[in-house]
Amino acid sequence: MSIRIDQEKCAACGRCREICPGNLIKRAENGKVFLKRPEECWGCASCLKECVHGAIAYFLGADIGGRGSLMRTKREGDVTDWIITLPEGKTVTISVNRRNANEY
Amino acid sequence: MMKKRFLATDILVAGGGTAGCYAAITAARRSPDIGILIVEKANVERSGCLAAGVNALNAYITEGQSVRDYLEFVRQDAEKIIRDDLVLTMAERFNETAADLERMGLVIQKDKNGNYAARGRHNIRINGENIKPILAAETRRHGNIRILNHVNLTELLTWDGRVIGAAGFSVTDETAYAIFARAVIMATGGAAGLYRPNNPGFSRHKMWYPPFNTGAGYAMGIRAGAEMTSFEMRFVAQRCKDTIAPTGTIALGAGAREINALGEIFETRYGLSTSGRAYGAANEVREGRGPCFLRTQGITPKQDNDLLKAYLNMAPAQTLKWIESGKLPSGYNVEVEGTEPYIVGGHTGSGYWVDTARRTTLPGLYAAGDVSGGAPKKFVTGALAEGAIAAETALADLKVLPDVPELAFAEQANTVFAEYETHLAPLDKKTLFDISALEEAMQKIMDEYAGGIRTGYRYNENQLSVAEERIASLAGLVENLRAEDGDGLLRIYELTERLTVCRTLLAHMRERKETRWPGFGIHTGYPNVDEWQENYVNSKLTDGRIEVFRRELVGEDNYEHTH
Repeated sequence: MSIRIDQEKCAACGRCREICPGNLIKRAENGKVFLKRPEECWGCASCLKECVHGAIAYFLGADIGGRGSLMRTKREGDVTDWIITLPEGKTVTISVNRRNANEY
Repeated sequence: MMKKRFLATDILVAGGGTAGCYAAITAARRSPDIGILIVEKANVERSGCLAAGVNALNAYITEGQSVRDYLEFVRQDAEKIIRDDLVLTMAERFNETAADLERMGLVIQKDKNGNYAARGRHNIRINGENIKPILAAETRRHGNIRILNHVNLTELLTWDGRVIGAAGFSVTDETAYAIFARAVIMATGGAAGLYRPNNPGFSRHKMWYPPFNTGAGYAMGIRAGAEMTSFEMRFVAQRCKDTIAPTGTIALGAGAREINALGEIFETRYGLSTSGRAYGAANEVREGRGPCFLRTQGITPKQDNDLLKAYLNMAPAQTLKWIESGKLPSGYNVEVEGTEPYIVGGHTGSGYWVDTARRTTLPGLYAAGDVSGGAPKKFVTGALAEGAIAAETALADLKVLPDVPELAFAEQANTVFAEYETHLAPLDKKTLFDISALEEAMQKIMDEYAGGIRTGYRYNENQLSVAEERIASLAGLVENLRAEDGDGLLRIYELTERLTVCRTLLAHMRERKETRWPGFGIHTGYPNVDEWQENYVNSKLTDGRIEVFRRELVGEDNYEHTH
């Protein structure tokens, strides 16, 4: 379970670093962030939702069935798009509206 | 050298999770003039159990149900070892706390009549992806709540047996903190990571309970001599394989039954309690009928879609797994497995021994949420209710508790600070073991000798003896650990806390010579329920020794500590 931080897209705002419940995201010398111990990530996706620059992608470790897909989020108002890019390049988007409760 | 900061407040809330935030909010609403300080090791915005979100309030009194029905439900589920007074007083507040969450901005689904839509007898459906930011925003609305994020508390400060504050350190810079408080509300959550987890490799932290809840509150209380209860009632959760995502959403939401590899519904053989369900699936695998699944095959494409969304709001790994594998639940049953054991008073009875008003046995210290014992099945609303009760009690006590000289406090704080400095100072010789190596050793010992996944949650007294000896020897190695910064210091203390919790846990497991909750652990020397053990196993650290004793079951009446 872990995340990958795109150094190109990271705007060094520090928001993900501030909210990581495991204090795992650290500041590098250039101000951008990195995940200090990838194996200690809980997979809560808080950082993903916090990053407005789309710099953080979420993936499953190979030990729990990951094949290399990356999941990102994009938020507009109440709607969060969860965008999954499969290894073969295809993308799947699931939109969730905050104003709607779960059906289950 | 670390910078030192001395702070003072009326009420210190240790831990800004569900219970802690609500304790602070309750205190602030009732007494706008007192100072409240939340100290949180991460950031209240996304810390604790609700960081990823939650998709139901699982403790709610739905139409036609009563508080007393909930009490009976908890009693049956926990095989009688509960505190009636605690369960009742929290259940009385389930519905008002849910309504309060809605006022704060939580989306709760309504039925045609405008009532909250029930998911089951005790559950209502919500969109809880942002439940933690909502709670955090509410704390910020009160001018008398201050929040100290990224500060990890490690030690209670006491004077003449009374808790007068706590000491800790920043995990982001080199600052040590001592906080003088007239009352301390402990709300640091339970303990994960004691046992080798389901995914011990790269995804070691892909677990159900937050891996960052390391039992700090238990450990602080144990060291300060607080009485603890029911640690032997460990919690093993039934989860989706690999992602360790909740199963209730599939079971209750999509109506999926649990089946073994032969397609048989086996729950009737084991009972429907939380422990019974966990035992059932584990036993089916053990007897060769595994793997076990939630039977989702045949659900509709709309149900697929709803499940994908529901999981994004609380356990996004499961949605990613469905999409990535191409095996949607309508086509493929969802495999389940039991987790490693956790110590968590929100689901079982483990935690501080408190009176009805949530006072611990240490004057000046109150407990709420997962750290507090005797009241299983708290879930979100129960944690909120306990936070509110603890806050109300602390406020009332503030009026009568005598003042404490601040002098006593500074001296103790400096002793704790010196300990931090020791861990930060370079060691003459390099140690062979680092923090990860010792953590792995602890988890291996607990897994193999104290009823972890490896033994199918089975243990006997000989194995517990081995575990006790090895855990004690590990504790000695931790003293030599050195850290470069606050981040390293945090990890040293998290490991120390876990080892402290392990010691108490082992003592409790040894004392309860029966198997009352087979899904949570099987004492192979005593594989049955023993009706003479319908009582609590409690403990207290006295002069470095864990004293274990029994207490008779407490009924509905108000319970007070007798000192």
